[in-house]
Amino acid sequence: MTNSDRTTRDKVEAGLRRRNRRERLFRRAGLAATTVGVVFLAVFFADLFVKGASAFVQTFIQLDVHFDERMLKPDGELDLEYADFDGLVRNALRMQFPGVDSRSERRALNKLVSVGAGYQLRDMIVADAGLIGHTESVWLPAAATVDMLVKGKIDPNIDAALRPLSDAQIRWVGALEVDGRLRKQINWALFNNGDSREPELAGIRAAIMGSFYMLIVTVAVAFPIGVAAAIYLEEFAPQNRWSDLIEVNINNLAAVPSIVFGLLGLAVFINWLALPRSAPLVGGLVLSLLTLPVIIIASRAAIKAVPPSIREAALGLGASKMQMVSHHVLPLALPGMLTGTIIGMSRALGESAPLLMIGMVAFIVDVPQGFTDPATALPVQVYLWADSPERAFAERTSAAIIVLLAFLLIMNLAAVIIRKRMERRW
Amino acid sequence: MQSTTLILLLAAMTAAAYFLGRWRSLSLAHGQRRVQLHSLPSYYGYFTAIWCVLPALAVMLMWALFETRVIVALVVNAMPDTAAAMSPGEIDLLINNIQNLVAGDAVSVDVDAALQTASAHYRDLTAASRRILATLVLGLAGFGGAAAWRRVRPDFRARNRVETVMLVALVVASSIAVFTTIGIVLSVLFEALRFFQQVPLAEFLFGLNWSPQTAIRADQVGSSGSFGAVPLFAGTLLITAIAMVVAVPVGLMTAIYLAEYAPRRLRTVTKPLLEILAGIPTVVYGFFAALTVAPWVRRAGEAAGLDVASESALAAGLVMGIMIIPLVSSLSDDAITAVPSAMRDGALGLGSTRSEMMLRVLLPAALPGIVGGVLLAISRAIGETMIVVMAAGLAANLTANPFEAVTTVTVQIVTLLVGDQEFDSAKTLAAFALGLMLFVVTLCLNVIGLAVVRKYREQYE
Repeated sequence: MTNSDRTTRDKVEAGLRRRNRRERLFRRAGLAATTVGVVFLAVFFADLFVKGASAFVQTFIQLDVHFDERMLKPDGELDLEYADFDGLVRNALRMQFPGVDSRSERRALNKLVSVGAGYQLRDMIVADAGLIGHTESVWLPAAATVDMLVKGKIDPNIDAALRPLSDAQIRWVGALEVDGRLRKQINWALFNNGDSREPELAGIRAAIMGSFYMLIVTVAVAFPIGVAAAIYLEEFAPQNRWSDLIEVNINNLAAVPSIVFGLLGLAVFINWLALPRSAPLVGGLVLSLLTLPVIIIASRAAIKAVPPSIREAALGLGASKMQMVSHHVLPLALPGMLTGTIIGMSRALGESAPLLMIGMVAFIVDVPQGFTDPATALPVQVYLWADSPERAFAERTSAAIIVLLAFLLIMNLAAVIIRKRMERRW
Repeated sequence: MQSTTLILLLAAMTAAAYFLGRWRSLSLAHGQRRVQLHSLPSYYGYFTAIWCVLPALAVMLMWALFETRVIVALVVNAMPDTAAAMSPGEIDLLINNIQNLVAGDAVSVDVDAALQTASAHYRDLTAASRRILATLVLGLAGFGGAAAWRRVRPDFRARNRVETVMLVALVVASSIAVFTTIGIVLSVLFEALRFFQQVPLAEFLFGLNWSPQTAIRADQVGSSGSFGAVPLFAGTLLITAIAMVVAVPVGLMTAIYLAEYAPRRLRTVTKPLLEILAGIPTVVYGFFAALTVAPWVRRAGEAAGLDVASESALAAGLVMGIMIIPLVSSLSDDAITAVPSAMRDGALGLGSTRSEMMLRVLLPAALPGIVGGVLLAISRAIGETMIVVMAAGLAANLTANPFEAVTTVTVQIVTLLVGDQEFDSAKTLAAFALGLMLFVVTLCLNVIGLAVVRKYREQYE
């Protein structure tokens, strides 16, 4: 007896070190796996901010612009269509660098300032025609390449053939910097402009408004339908095949790839119902089908959380079932439903694949004014800019992503706050 | 009449109907003989309002759906030398021109007398249609409201009527999920069938060559594209496999660590962080994969002496795997916590270490649930679009080498459908055939995965 007892014990102790080592290994593997996700997040956000933070400021060049009467009023009358505002910028540059003579050098010089500078001067004249004939010192947006150089994203020491700026251009930028004629300002163009081919003029206003109109359609369609469906399934649905079918369908729709919803939108809304392409209306409808399962599932959970005693009390006092639901269950479940809706909306805001299918990838310069104007969405704008070869667009893409993530963060915070503030524990 | 004016008028009439119905019930109840109303006064108001607004809205909806089509058909039929002689494309162009002329926009052809007549006809018909619609809507609203108003009597069961309408609305709302599924199936199926009339099913499913470039003119070189989808399926599987190799072990170990080992504080910090991972839009992952991870992979490959494509399957797969970690870890967590604690305590009581308890007792018990979760994750990876659109290539290579560029089903759907297209070319229809495949495969995975997950969650409860 004692003999065999000892052997068992010996056996256990013999294997103990090995087993404990395995235990430690397993534990470390778990810790490592957990760190993978966290480390990715850290790297991702660091990368994003390093790339994107600089896009929120932009380089401006100060030039003494002479609002020359001969160039603005070639026929003696101010005609905004024919006035040569770009010429004013060119003259100002030439006055700044009097030594630059040859045509090719002058062309290179003109490329320092954004092509949008002329529009800025035009706006000044529109605001105050009295400027004509005077000389003003104006801060004009620099071209994207100059902006990149000033921000240190173009290395001036590499071979001239590999960078978009010539040696002379870098010298001129240096001279402007020494004169104090360069400065970085907050980049309002990013928030005020639509898309543009010139990185320094491109902004996300049109995309934000497109997303905004789309989310309005989505909320208006998906919230009432989702809440109504959840009420029916939780409170009224009989136990039959049709109810089961609905239930299975909702769970499956929640897992259908979003691009398939885009195909549905293309075939049904655009080809069959002949709704306009690229319109926030269609995008909103597609996104509401996409978010409907999310809202229904969250609303059902909220309705389930309302205790049966409330229902019984209402029914016992003579309320009809519909009155019981609309007067008692619905108000009590509303915070949970709102939370679910906001989370569904944040999913809709980040969604881009189905929007590609219904033509919301257009190049949109004008800010959309309504539900049927051609528009794009913030994530789609990210996709479009990510494809652009210019370095300046990479910076702007990161900035657009930061804005997108900020919106998502705000929406999720709102959901958390609503849940904390208004949800009742029974 | 403008449609906004019409809607505002209708809204005003509805409000009026509500107050009239309510007032009538009250005045009847407080008349010479005081009688008990069957329902609360507001239900009589709702009843009148419903009859005022619903039929009118139905008519407006029908009008919106069919107005343009009917007008176009009438205009085209009325044109002298058209109809039979023109191809559908020419008719579309003609209609477009007429509509542009009416709207005062630029027209692509010379405006001749026939076009002028047609556009005048179009304009007249539109105006007439608006007039008819306004009359019909307002008439119906007035008639319906008045009829309902006359039915208001103290013993009229208004609440039951109103509640029936509400219940029907609830049923309709809940059926939209079913109609969405039907809509998806039908829209994808019909276009896919048209595709299979042009390209045989066997060629699509088993063909090894994918180059969907169909020419615009029939006599152009390479006018017939080839639609063998095997390279796409292989590419999708390759990227999905890479994603799973990342997501399943990491997600599972994360779930185990957080459930079993992690101190409480670490858990409260880590869980929300992983949820952030799940909330990042896929287009952002795509950007990160294409501009940050892909160059890293390429450089690492070069350092190791490997030839890595700049749009390698590896970069897309890695990032997709990270994206799926939260899904796998939360579903595994559900499965593990559903195992009764008696099994866990028993294993520990018999002297096993925690890792032995995990690997030999909990995981086998939770395995079906975990497998179900993995199936859902695979379905998610197959259907993921933006990451692969941005980080994987367009080249349909048939390869199992993760360093080469491959393309996927979703990438091809996007590239075939983005931009201007002719709607009945094989190229466009191919996207719907691919969509059908995608839908069927993910649907199967989802149904099986959801059923397995639910079955084993219930088993231990």
